[in-house]
Amino acid sequence: MADPMKIRAQLKGDVAEVRVLMAHPMETGQRKDAAGNTVPPHFIQSMTVDVGGKKVVDGHVGTSVSRNPVFGFKVKGAKVGDKVVVSWVDNKGDKRTDEGAVA
Amino acid sequence: MNTTRRTVLKSATASGVLAGLIAAGALRPTQVLAAEWNKAAFDAHDMPGALKGIGAGATADSKDLILRLPDIAENGAVVPVDVVSTIPNTSSIWILVEKNPSPLSASFDFANGALPEVSARLKMGQTSMVKAVAKADGKFYTAQKEVKVTVGGCGG
Repeated sequence: MADPMKIRAQLKGDVAEVRVLMAHPMETGQRKDAAGNTVPPHFIQSMTVDVGGKKVVDGHVGTSVSRNPVFGFKVKGAKVGDKVVVSWVDNKGDKRTDEGAVA
Repeated sequence: MNTTRRTVLKSATASGVLAGLIAAGALRPTQVLAAEWNKAAFDAHDMPGALKGIGAGATADSKDLILRLPDIAENGAVVPVDVVSTIPNTSSIWILVEKNPSPLSASFDFANGALPEVSARLKMGQTSMVKAVAKADGKFYTAQKEVKVTVGGCGG
């Protein structure tokens, strides 16, 4: 199981700025290890962000997103205390869901 | 003769990669997300293929699609990118890196009050054009910018 995500959601006016850091190796399948063997691809493929119980972002990711991906989104109409739920699934079927709240 | 051998090797690698991805896809039923990972677009090895994969046939450059990137990226493994669309009714944004082995980097669909803005960090193998594509009312708009990469972030 991957490490927890870091989720921060800050309300500015009526727009919540949501930032998420996911702990993931994001292997491209092109890198070789010290022994010269190709490291198989292992990367996040899909992610969703829910704010206040509604899905706001549905994202799909390829191998060319950096290791430990960071994403930022802005959501209008959010309120302080709204629950922020972020989930991802990688190409091996591993998944993780973490929660935060709009502050 | 060498050319033939190369071609066979190349296609063998390609089909191996495909088999791996199909196996990965077989794990899919466990996922609960609505939309499917667009395999055709993410697996495309050139820009036209990736654009075709996301269904963006005709695209128009737009000043209302803002792409913020550094001019020079010292480390290709982490290139910060910001995409902001001020085009009304923007529903989706894609980010593509032209010279990466698979240009399509990420796609985002927005709903329920999410503003059509996203920030992310990309890997770039070499100096390349980075392209953002936005979809609004069924039309596709693009913006692009070149980023010079001093140390590549793909391979190792």
